[in-house]
Amino acid sequence: MNPLTLSKRGILGLNRPVAIWLGALAVVFGMLFSAVPASAADETPAPADGSSLVIKGKVKNEGVGVAGIELKVTGPSFEEIATTDADGLWSLNVPTKAEYKVEIQLDSLPEGVGLRDPETTVRTADLTMVETASVLFPLGVDTRVETPILDQIAIRAFAGLNLGLLLAIAAIGISLIFGTTGLSNFAHGEMVTFGALTTWLFYAVLDLPLIISAVITIAISAAFGWLQDAALWKPLRGRRLGLNQMMIVSIGFGIFLRYVLLIVFDGETKVISGDFQAVEFGPIITTANSIGSMAISVVTLAAVALFLTRTRIGKATRAVSDNASLAASTGIDVEKIIRIVWVVAGALTGLAGMLYGLQFQANWLTGFQILLLLFAATTLGGLGTSLGATVGALIIGFVVELSSLVLPADLKYAASLIILILVLLVRPQGVLGKKQRIG
Amino acid sequence: MDWLAIFNLALGELISPLTAAYILCAIGLAVHFGFTGLMNFGQAAFAAVGAYGMAIGILTFGMPTAVAILFGMACAVIFALVLGIPTLRLRADYLAIVTIAAAEIFRYLMLTSGFAGVTGGSAGLSAFNEEFRALNPFPDGEYGFGPFVFREEELWMRIVGWLTVVLAALFVMFVMRSPWGRVLRGIREDEDAVRSLGKNVFAYKLQALIIGGVIAALGGMIFVLNLSNVQPASWGTNFTFMIWTVLLLGGAATILGPIVGGMLFFLLLTLTQSIIGGLVDVGVINFLSPPQVGQVRFLIIGLALMALVIFRPQGIFGNKKEMQFNG
Repeated sequence: MNPLTLSKRGILGLNRPVAIWLGALAVVFGMLFSAVPASAADETPAPADGSSLVIKGKVKNEGVGVAGIELKVTGPSFEEIATTDADGLWSLNVPTKAEYKVEIQLDSLPEGVGLRDPETTVRTADLTMVETASVLFPLGVDTRVETPILDQIAIRAFAGLNLGLLLAIAAIGISLIFGTTGLSNFAHGEMVTFGALTTWLFYAVLDLPLIISAVITIAISAAFGWLQDAALWKPLRGRRLGLNQMMIVSIGFGIFLRYVLLIVFDGETKVISGDFQAVEFGPIITTANSIGSMAISVVTLAAVALFLTRTRIGKATRAVSDNASLAASTGIDVEKIIRIVWVVAGALTGLAGMLYGLQFQANWLTGFQILLLLFAATTLGGLGTSLGATVGALIIGFVVELSSLVLPADLKYAASLIILILVLLVRPQGVLGKKQRIG
Repeated sequence: MDWLAIFNLALGELISPLTAAYILCAIGLAVHFGFTGLMNFGQAAFAAVGAYGMAIGILTFGMPTAVAILFGMACAVIFALVLGIPTLRLRADYLAIVTIAAAEIFRYLMLTSGFAGVTGGSAGLSAFNEEFRALNPFPDGEYGFGPFVFREEELWMRIVGWLTVVLAALFVMFVMRSPWGRVLRGIREDEDAVRSLGKNVFAYKLQALIIGGVIAALGGMIFVLNLSNVQPASWGTNFTFMIWTVLLLGGAATILGPIVGGMLFFLLLTLTQSIIGGLVDVGVINFLSPPQVGQVRFLIIGLALMALVIFRPQGIFGNKKEMQFNG
């Protein structure tokens, strides 16, 4: 059983009205309203730093709230203790979208009262997708309302689709660059970070409208891709540097960029968008940001597919990927195509960073943290095939999210990497790769 | 600026146990990459397996330190088999991605709260080096001269660390001069040619992965014995990339390369960092804050790695003919 208690768990409680749950229903309604930003009924005061993220819950014994229970909430660079009021209710504002651990302080329990589930003193509140999470610590008779397994699967699959689409846009960038130049670009994660932090700069700091910030972000990211090729990779191709050497250069370049970003933007997690409108269908509660991000991702992926299959430049790109010398001999300017690929990859990856940042916030390590997922996606789908990168990214997205149904949440990235190794065992060229691509 | 203190600090890095630990990992990587041509980007995991193997052997199974060290080495052998059997047939860039993924998987497994009873979770393990300290034969006091003055336990740590380095380097030197070592170099230069001579390339690669992995595991043990704790955060990808920089600085296909490369790397790193720190203190550099000076360290590592691979891929001692970076 997933210890996570999202607000929809309470909604399901409505279907089984039992008197003992009346207290829980009050909490549920509170949470439903608090998920709508305009709601004035939310009793939680607005936090000073503009965050609307709330973890709350109720500690009750036999359906009656217990006062004075202390709960320690810890997250990334955050630790605070909340205390229940006379009705057993508690709530706490948290700064960033992340996973938080809520630990009930056993020495604050009244005499003779224990946890209903004595093994679980720490529960997780996953605020990466929603803005309100509820954590319940039942005492005495078990009064928990559990989310049916099918609903849990639907929620996780939706989150997986969202993550997979995001990864796909960035992974196509890796895949295009690998296809045309043979470079496994380990500095790609920093392009994601660059996109996210540029959006933060224009949208959150300079307070420009989102659409203008987005256009600026994509333009600067495209220019960044152009600059990388013009200043670094084209001269290195001119020196006839081997592909493995180029890969290590990209590792060095990635480290360099990462610490430049750290020095310029410092190590704080940047709150890019604190405005989350809840959208609800079936058991799934998500935000308008996520829906918008998914729509943009799908449109972008379709546009890339059309570009690669329908336009002259797209066809030339695929020809260069297939065989650069042959493409050159048919009159295709290979260097020009590679330059275009870097610009397109920069723009796509910047866009991915922006969409990621708008949903999950970002810091200097954001891109590096998903870099391995991106490589897993491209390798899984088959290095150098754009469709493969999309399929691989969706698989990785689903595995990351669905794995948390059976595995602890802190192993979800490990699960996707294990899937990568297993697939390579069975099918080394990846799901859609061509056999000649492996050694 | 106190130049004497800066130079003393940098010279102290030359023979510090951490330098020895990195050098051991780099010698292991020389076996993998320099001599066999395996693009192993999971070297941090081999060091971590050794470190955790030893610490868990002592703390969970109550082994004496010597047995626990053997246990840590055995863990590295097992890890090499688990990593190598599925991945060694892959092409170099696939191998790079898979080894880096495997290293991260291992780190996540050490980090997860599910196994915290054995691994200590994100806090890691400590209090495993009491027996190692007790084995110290040197009486209390200070030893050495000039910048190299150590208390008895510091001296003991250094002697153990550098003795291991010398033994590992001698071992690799003899092994690489043997017919077995020549086959490894042959695999690096042309795998198919070696295969056509009837050699089992896969088995040779696996043996090289095991030998290099065990040497890196010893490096990991020195690392944690010196710090007196083992934490998952130490074994991230930055650890691996630092080892690569050390190796490429000295020369990948050489015996002395990792040793001199490691000493030089930490000497220069400490020197540049102290000088930048000093310039920040006296206000000459005013765009950096004191905490950012430590971040500049990695910026330098990144640039050094790029410059080395571009301009001198064979390193200080290497022979350009031996450094083809096939692929």
